[in-house]
Amino acid sequence: MSQGHDWPLWEVFVRAKGGLSHRHVGSVHAPDPELALRHARDTYTRRLEGVSLWVVKSTDIVASDPEQAGELFEPAEDKIYRHPTFYDIPDVVKHI
Amino acid sequence: MATRSKIDADLVKRGRTDPVAPEAIPAMQDYCQRLGDDALILGQRLSEWCGHAPALEVDLSLANLALDLIGQGTNFLGLAGDADKLAFHRDVLDWKNCWLVEQPNGDFAQTIARQLLFSTWQHMLYERLAASSDERIAAIAAKGVKEVAYHRELAADWTIRLGDGTEESARRMAEGLDWCWRFVPELFEVDEVLEGLIADGIAVDPRLFEGEYRSVIAAVLAEAKLAVPADQRAILGGRRGHHSEHLGHLLAVMQFLPRTYPDAQW
Amino acid sequence: MRRMYTTELSKNVKPIETAEEPELVAAFEARVAADEFIEPKDWMPDAYRKTLVRQISQHAHSEIVGMLPEGNWITRAPSLRRKAILLAKVQDEGGHGLYLYCAAETLGTSREEMVEALHSGKAKYSTIFNYPTLTWADIGAIGWLVDGAAIMNQVPLQRTSYGPYARAMVRVCKEESFHQRQGYEIMIALANGTPEQKRMAQDALNRWWWPSLMMFGPPDDNSPNTERSMRWRIKRETNDELRQKFVDITVPQADFLNLSVPDPEVKWNEAKGGYDFGEVDWEEFYAVVRGEGPVAKERMKARRDAWDNGAWVRDAAAAYEEKRRAKQAA
Repeated sequence: MSQGHDWPLWEVFVRAKGGLSHRHVGSVHAPDPELALRHARDTYTRRLEGVSLWVVKSTDIVASDPEQAGELFEPAEDKIYRHPTFYDIPDVVKHI
Repeated sequence: MATRSKIDADLVKRGRTDPVAPEAIPAMQDYCQRLGDDALILGQRLSEWCGHAPALEVDLSLANLALDLIGQGTNFLGLAGDADKLAFHRDVLDWKNCWLVEQPNGDFAQTIARQLLFSTWQHMLYERLAASSDERIAAIAAKGVKEVAYHRELAADWTIRLGDGTEESARRMAEGLDWCWRFVPELFEVDEVLEGLIADGIAVDPRLFEGEYRSVIAAVLAEAKLAVPADQRAILGGRRGHHSEHLGHLLAVMQFLPRTYPDAQW
Repeated sequence: MRRMYTTELSKNVKPIETAEEPELVAAFEARVAADEFIEPKDWMPDAYRKTLVRQISQHAHSEIVGMLPEGNWITRAPSLRRKAILLAKVQDEGGHGLYLYCAAETLGTSREEMVEALHSGKAKYSTIFNYPTLTWADIGAIGWLVDGAAIMNQVPLQRTSYGPYARAMVRVCKEESFHQRQGYEIMIALANGTPEQKRMAQDALNRWWWPSLMMFGPPDDNSPNTERSMRWRIKRETNDELRQKFVDITVPQADFLNLSVPDPEVKWNEAKGGYDFGEVDWEEFYAVVRGEGPVAKERMKARRDAWDNGAWVRDAAAAYEEKRRAKQAA
């Protein structure tokens, strides 16, 4: 204490408008959750960019390892039967 | 009504034109200047922080407050006449702001103390002013009330953190409050100008929310573990153009260009 | 599971590979060449990381120090409209510094470390901010010339290879679009104003022209890292290319204002389809880089004072949070 250190880092997520999900826009430093929200508001919504804000302490985010990207994501590549375009349905059949 | 006719005469002398019904004008103009001057002078003060705040994020917060206040000041002065002319070509005696807003920034604690005391008052005022019988005043207040709600909360958040932070911050916060406390009574002063406008439903009687104000401030200070300062002798006069020494210096800086080059357009 | 998103965690992570494996480097270079974005947790060569931290933090410092010369005129802006615009603009610069520091922090250097490097004189920032703003016309000239030069540097960086930097630049460029226009608008008012105003405008152009050309950095033949930085998409055009582009765009804008660029050698060259112009005083440039600019000491003092005078505020808020957490835990 009494070193004048910078505050911890928080990640900021903004909902641009109703119906959209929150999107990561950047980060701010703040001493606590309330001020993190205020800092996020004063930094990232100065031009009507949002209707709702989330802040998450950066240290609380758990991320996948890019070195495991292959095993994590590539297996989904050949599962094309998960996509609706995989199936042949005659055009005359409606509402499907 | 001696005061009103005196203001009338003043206005005639300065050649101001009247945008609305003549009878209502001088007092109206006076009131709009009070509202506008409060906001503009505090905005000017806060803008001095730009580039020098305790943290980058705080710099952005203070600039947002200043921008809101300069906007409110511009709008209210626009109701009183030519906003730029009023802002840049009046000397101390013609400024109607309260003493509180012209106080120097001091340290961050004094800035926050000033903000808490002013924004809490301004918010209660604007909430009621949004129902003013004058639609233009009501519209500016209705827009401003949301801005000021944020100012008040930010100031309260910081008061609590400084008051209940370190020993040093608590001491500084108490000193900041002590500096500003003698200017609180002026916020609730009602003179003849105001009386007439209150009767017409144009202005708000601040005495109606003085009790509420005192208890809100006391609650914030309690959460901040700070004592409510003992009442000090009230310092009054701003509404009649009698100010602290600080205002003259603020104006000297703010008005320097338009006064040095009176014929210039910027 | 590695809980690594930003700098906060990198302290717990072992330093990356010491001897860089050639196949990793090759794979990295291939990704960059394919216009892919590199993200914080991706493997990257140490030199790439270091170069980026230096470049992004320099950029951030420039935004923060850049608040001071213009901030010098906020309290003296000549109309309420100009006051609000200038305050909003300088505030934007603070925001841009903030975005950029955050982008650099994803590379494992904390903002505090970067700020300390600035305050100790170790880190550099744009030389232009070491010149004083003497008159209101300087605010016009800075918007027009300095922001104009900055935009030219910044627009290509929206496609830079490092994801967080590119995203910060997208935001910065979007917000800065009004900065140059407001500056030029000030210049138009002055250039069409009273004789005193015209004098201010011409004087401001005289003083800011050469420092603006210096903003693009040393000449290409004295810019050792350009080739590698271009390959890594940390830089998208060379210093001299950008400088030429700036002159070509700006000279006609000065003509429109009826102001003259303080360089007798400026002349349209039909063959190259651009203007010829005189040599920048590189001696001065390197002197200012070394910290010998006219108001360099004032700028550094202002930044250090803000940081030092704010220490008790940052401590107070941190102490409050610590107490509150302790209370919650109890």
